[in-house]
Amino acid sequence: MNALTLEGVNIAYGHTQVVHDVSFSVASGESFALVGESGSGKSTVLKAIAALATGWSGSIEVAGKPRSREHDKAFARQCQMVFQDPYGSLHPRKTIDTILAEPLQVHGLGNRNTRILDMLNAVGLDKRYRFRFPHQLSGGQRQRVAIARALMLEPSIMLLDEPTSALDVSVQAEILNLLKRLRAEQNLTYLMVSHNLPVVGFMCERMAVMQQGRIVEICDTAALRTGEFTSGYTQELYAASGGAG
Amino acid sequence: MAMLELENLRVSFPSAEGPVDVVKGISLSLGRERLGIVGESGSGKSLTGRAILKLINRPGVMHADRLEFDGIDLLSQSERQMRHLRGARLSMVMQDPKFSLHPVMRVGDQIAEALRCHERLRRRDVKARVIEMLEKVRINEPEAVARLYPHQISGGMGQRVMIAMMLIPKPDLLIADEPTSALDVSVQATVLDLIDSLVTDNGMGLMLISHDLNLVARYCDRILVMNAGEVVEECAAGQLQQATHPYTQGLLAAVPQMVEDRDELPVLDRSRWSGT
Amino acid sequence: MNRLQQWLTDESPETRWQANLGRSWRLLRMLMKNPLALLGSLIIIGLILVAAFAPWIAPQSPIGQDLGNRLLPPSSEHFMGTDELGRDIFSRVIHGSRITLLIVALVAIISAPLGLLIGAVSGYFGGWIDKLLMGITDVFLSMPKLILALAFVAALGPGIENAIIAIAITAWPVYARIARAETLTFRQSEFIAATQMLGASNTRIIVRHVLPLCTSSMIVRMTLDMAGIILTAAGLGFLGLGAQPPLPEWGAMISRGRTFILDQWWVATMPGIAIIVVSLGFCFLGDGLRDVLDPRNEGQR
Ligand SMILES: Nc1ncnc2c1ncn2[C@@H]1O[C@H](COP(=O)(O)OP(=O)(O)OP(=O)(O)O)[C@@H](O)[C@H]1O
Ligand SMILES: Nc1ncnc2c1ncn2[C@@H]1O[C@H](COP(=O)(O)OP(=O)(O)OP(=O)(O)O)[C@@H](O)[C@H]1O
Ligand SMILES: [Mg+2]
Ligand SMILES: [Mg+2]
Repeated sequence: MNALTLEGVNIAYGHTQVVHDVSFSVASGESFALVGESGSGKSTVLKAIAALATGWSGSIEVAGKPRSREHDKAFARQCQMVFQDPYGSLHPRKTIDTILAEPLQVHGLGNRNTRILDMLNAVGLDKRYRFRFPHQLSGGQRQRVAIARALMLEPSIMLLDEPTSALDVSVQAEILNLLKRLRAEQNLTYLMVSHNLPVVGFMCERMAVMQQGRIVEICDTAALRTGEFTSGYTQELYAASGGAG
Repeated sequence: MAMLELENLRVSFPSAEGPVDVVKGISLSLGRERLGIVGESGSGKSLTGRAILKLINRPGVMHADRLEFDGIDLLSQSERQMRHLRGARLSMVMQDPKFSLHPVMRVGDQIAEALRCHERLRRRDVKARVIEMLEKVRINEPEAVARLYPHQISGGMGQRVMIAMMLIPKPDLLIADEPTSALDVSVQATVLDLIDSLVTDNGMGLMLISHDLNLVARYCDRILVMNAGEVVEECAAGQLQQATHPYTQGLLAAVPQMVEDRDELPVLDRSRWSGT
Repeated sequence: MNRLQQWLTDESPETRWQANLGRSWRLLRMLMKNPLALLGSLIIIGLILVAAFAPWIAPQSPIGQDLGNRLLPPSSEHFMGTDELGRDIFSRVIHGSRITLLIVALVAIISAPLGLLIGAVSGYFGGWIDKLLMGITDVFLSMPKLILALAFVAALGPGIENAIIAIAITAWPVYARIARAETLTFRQSEFIAATQMLGASNTRIIVRHVLPLCTSSMIVRMTLDMAGIILTAAGLGFLGLGAQPPLPEWGAMISRGRTFILDQWWVATMPGIAIIVVSLGFCFLGDGLRDVLDPRNEGQR
């Protein structure tokens, strides 16, 4: 069964439509990438799935069920999102502990202490960071907290919005390894936005290329080895990324 | 003559055990050229950039033996004189653009504000210049974007707005702190070419702070590698691949390749140079 | 003692409890390092102690008249002199602190949460809710404080409870405005979106995530406003619309002393000094809190 299916999705903010007729599907356990031009609507697609952008039409199905436009607890346990900006996605006045306890409290899950400690361990954060505030952590550490928060509810689908673009290569490598390991361990489905083709090649099996709100190509990431793309824009992107085009 | 001279810069923050240096004695000189600074997160790149503009916030303290810009001793400048220099002649693109933009002011107005602070222009000219600048950083429909609020633009557009804001007064020295991390490669190339043309045509000096080693190697003349508040290696841009310091080699190895066969990326083994 | 301090300032606390205590400890220490804030807190603590122990501190009854001892100047027996009914002014000022504290506390308890909630709800939901709530706020905001309070007291009838209600009603719109402005700056932040995605209800987001970010500027603003509240209360008392005789309210005492201001200066001056000292105390504390609660300072460990 497909974890995510989008059919003819149009998304608008107010009266301006920014995403046009997007269709793709992600199989359960697959890792799928959205790449493309800055401002082409990649984050917007994730936001529509997450009900953070509500002005969409078409059909979005998550695990076979049509997606509503509201936040609900059942969906929260199924699908979580990691945001583009590790500086903006953590509450500035709450300790890491409170941030990680929040999903447990919302869903009335017990055994919080052990769960938080286990999760910190899983994302490779020392437990001495537990009572720090976000501004006392580096960008990479914050992004791990954001990933830990998303994993707290044990979702099966993760929406990752450029999880490493704000991080340096050494931390990026750590986070990518972490995400890859977690996927193997917990059989997660990833829908990942990135503009970095090598990162996509490392993390994902298939990718969709977006330009100006439309998908221009869907292909296997294996094509990154050979550079055989059907769309001109993808070829341009590939060449600009230093691929032998 | 070098445009910027910096000697023995230290930045420290107080802690329970007394002040802790996070930038430990950096010296550099910069002419009308392109200098790249790379290093891992927390190595003090941003603080070095901010210190040059004397923008270290309390409780941080900066100290330098010499800090001269175009013959002006910045250390002895008053806060008012510094404000005058910043933006007009010295500019900095800050790291988190969405944080640095005012959340409830339209982006067009914010860019216009940057221009108006340093030049007297008529209303219509200001608007035209703003639109022109947004076009140059490859923003589609600049008129529409100028009317949006920061939360309504995408991550990459935020960065470009910030760059437009800093370039519009045509500074002599630009410090760009991770200016293009959220941009796709082709827009990134356009933006960096724009900055590059200012270096070659207007003789602007550029200090490019980035964690993208390939990008720095492509766009800079000289590269400084920083680790834990110190410069561990300096090399010409072309020689980055032949870097000798294990730290630099570690950074290079951590970059994923287009044709990637590794199942796991190597991460830095910090014990190898922690003695330094 | 040393071990306790070490435990409090531990960089990596073991439990939530230790972390919270340690944080309070650091804030307290920073506040104490600021001499004006220290002075302010001492004054406020003094006010609270005096109010709590008023009957034991005051040498005489605040309302017992002694017409034989009218208008005596300050002396060793009557520390601040006596008023036109022969009452000991010192005792009246001491007892008056209870009324002042009551006014300040009640106004704060009523108006700050009200303003905070209205502002946060308004900024969080936006749209017509925002327009409606801010419209009401603006109506209240556009009227001068004392006059609005006067109108309310005139309508409700004079008396200390009504004065408190009147002041509270005039005080909340400012807080609502501040809270809304503050909320708008982070309404679109990703941490709010992330919490929505966890399935948290709007109520929970407002209470647990939005309000805490508004409170520190609110606390600062409120402490600074306290002086104004005390003065408004005194103003109402002065006009005879606040606390009614024989209650020893400081404003009312000044009002009565006005008749004798030229010959018996102490009658009006002594409660005046009390008002100034307490107002200053709140101002100093507010300034100190502003420095301490500034998020940029929180990195200091
Ligand atoms: N809240 C909003 N209101 C109005 N327009 C918006 C809003 N958010 C985004 N947009 C517009 O939608 C378009 C797509 O934005 P989106 O954030 O999806 O881009 P993106 O593909 O994620 O780009 P990037 O790689 O730069 O993050 C942009 O043109 C942007 O201006
Ligand atoms: N306000 C502060 N208080 C205490 N320490 C600070 C403060 N600001 C920065 N630091 C410390 O200074 C060091 C250098 O910070 P800086 O922002 O220069 O890093 P950077 O090299 O720019 O990293 P990044 O690539 O993540 O942006 C970090 O270790 C950080 O923890
Ligand atoms: Mg985006
Ligand atoms: Mg930085």
